Amino acid sequence: MNKPEGDDMNQKTAQVNSLANVAAARATAKSALTSQRSSDNFTEDVRRVGAGLQAQNVHAWFSNKHVLEDVSLNFDFGTVTALIGPSGCGKSTFIRILNRMHEFIPGAAMAGQVLLEGQDIYRSGVDVTKIRLGIGMVFQKPNPFPSMTIKENVLSGLKLAQLKVSNQDELLEDCLIRAGLWSEVKDRLDEYGGALSGGQQQRLCIARSLAVKPEVLLMDEPCSALDPGSTLRIEETIRELSSSMTIVIVTHNMQQAARVSDQTAFFLSDGGPGRMIEVSSTSDIFSNPRDKRTEDYVTGRFG
Amino acid sequence: MTTLHSRVDIKPTKPWAPTPRQLLPDFITALLTVAVAFVTVGFTPLKGKLGFSVMVIIYAIIFSALLSLIRQDRKAAINSITTVLVYIAGLFVILPLASILYEIVKRGIGGLSLGIFTTDMAVTASDAPLNEGGLLHALIGTLYIVVIATLLSVPIGILTALYLTEVKGRGAGVVRFFVQAMSGVPSIVAGLFIYAVWMIALGNTYSAAAGAMALTILMIPTVARTSEEVLKLIPNDLREAGVALGGTQWRTVAMIVIPAARSGLITAVILGIARVAGETAPLLLTMGGADALNLNPLDGNSSALPFYIWKNFTLGTELAIQRAWTGILVLMILVLIFFTFARVVGSRKGSSK
Repeated sequence: MNKPEGDDMNQKTAQVNSLANVAAARATAKSALTSQRSSDNFTEDVRRVGAGLQAQNVHAWFSNKHVLEDVSLNFDFGTVTALIGPSGCGKSTFIRILNRMHEFIPGAAMAGQVLLEGQDIYRSGVDVTKIRLGIGMVFQKPNPFPSMTIKENVLSGLKLAQLKVSNQDELLEDCLIRAGLWSEVKDRLDEYGGALSGGQQQRLCIARSLAVKPEVLLMDEPCSALDPGSTLRIEETIRELSSSMTIVIVTHNMQQAARVSDQTAFFLSDGGPGRMIEVSSTSDIFSNPRDKRTEDYVTGRFG
Repeated sequence: MTTLHSRVDIKPTKPWAPTPRQLLPDFITALLTVAVAFVTVGFTPLKGKLGFSVMVIIYAIIFSALLSLIRQDRKAAINSITTVLVYIAGLFVILPLASILYEIVKRGIGGLSLGIFTTDMAVTASDAPLNEGGLLHALIGTLYIVVIATLLSVPIGILTALYLTEVKGRGAGVVRFFVQAMSGVPSIVAGLFIYAVWMIALGNTYSAAAGAMALTILMIPTVARTSEEVLKLIPNDLREAGVALGGTQWRTVAMIVIPAARSGLITAVILGIARVAGETAPLLLTMGGADALNLNPLDGNSSALPFYIWKNFTLGTELAIQRAWTGILVLMILVLIFFTFARVVGSRKGSSK
């Protein structure tokens, strides 16, 4: 990378290298974790082979506007996938297609297949509420239910989906611990969720999603409204969760993508519909991107 | 060191608040306004309280603008003109309300006694002394019609609002149009409708229930429109979060949207009650009127407070008019109790955050 472009370029290169290092370190830690897990429990891993999520030739429209073109992407169980790209490139639309939230927008249409455990979630006769139960979602803005206490918020999914759980307190504690919020709220479970700080509210929303035990967790820019400290806490949470579920995260923060994800997909729109330009392991995207546009984006030359 | 500084006694101050010295010109201007208005009324053909009020308003605008102009500049002068206008507008709202309340209490309190809540007018002539007879029959009648009308219209009104905001069905536009059109229906027409359909065509008699039905027609649009506005304010995020957790639309609405909108929905109910509690015209046609207590809301002539007030005013004797004023006072207190009750029930689970 010895292009004669002066200090600016060297700086960018250094930045890319540091991102690549972060991603590489993450990959090493991850593989250690995975090998450990595979030796733990063989049968459980067999069950997970069929799990995960596959998007096949997904297109999306709003009214007559084609906003997403031909995206095929595999999300393996136990991995974190980061979706990056400039605003308006269809990342959020894509992630909403993955748990059938896309259809709530008037005028929305789609094509293609999304397979959960090998079965299309858009096949006719499917119970949409069951699909969404298995594929949880955390939104950009923290949105705890205002009329519910912290405890009720975490357990709200059970009530909404009419699930019975034998030991609610155990589940409550488990979800809050996994979301990294337990120590902060264990003495104030009966306060309203709105009383928490933004970062805590977002972790409360993550805990809420975990309570219904989803196989896949979709996160649409979960940290964009949070301060760096809360962001770090949530990234730790994502890493802790990633061994037991499939996680897809939309982010505008390159550092975050490098820190938390195993696989990164780069989306881009050239004025027309958004396309997936490149998908690869996160370390490859940041250290050795195949496409020039990906390189330009991750080095901060545009977008 | 900073610790030393913090030991120095620092008192909280409000540097932006005007000092008494700065307020002196304002005070003088106010006095001047009143004085000049007084003189104007004294020496010109403009006479009376109305003339005085008009002159005070005009002089207040002129003098406060001049004061600001001297103190600062043209912008400040315009600012103080608008300030005075806003205060005057506020006064115009409060003044009639306060004077009505004052008048009702002053005139009504004379006939208020424990006896009026325990007896009716069945065996009492309208010119009998005030300690004979009472308005129990009207009070019970009003309670019946307000409660029945609320029970009928609140579910219909809120479900209509849910159809408009949550279901957003094919007929939403038409339903919204008719709800709006319904809110413009004159109350006597609602009464006539119930009279024609429920009583003439279906052969039912005068009753509190018939009155309540007429009020329901008036109450539904108020409840539905206010509820719709309230539900629209609930962020879409919450609906999406509920659905993303695997809830059906109905459970999401019932568990998340309605509790979040709770205090606003209670306001909608209160506005609905306020709309109908004092209605008289539809009751004339549907309740028949009575001087005796009728505990059966489903059958037989019965009375209501607005009815009782109207009847006593038309009788026109001194004692009857005193009874009417007392009836107005009781009706006002009753409405106040309804509102307080609704507010207390609504805020029991303090959740409007």
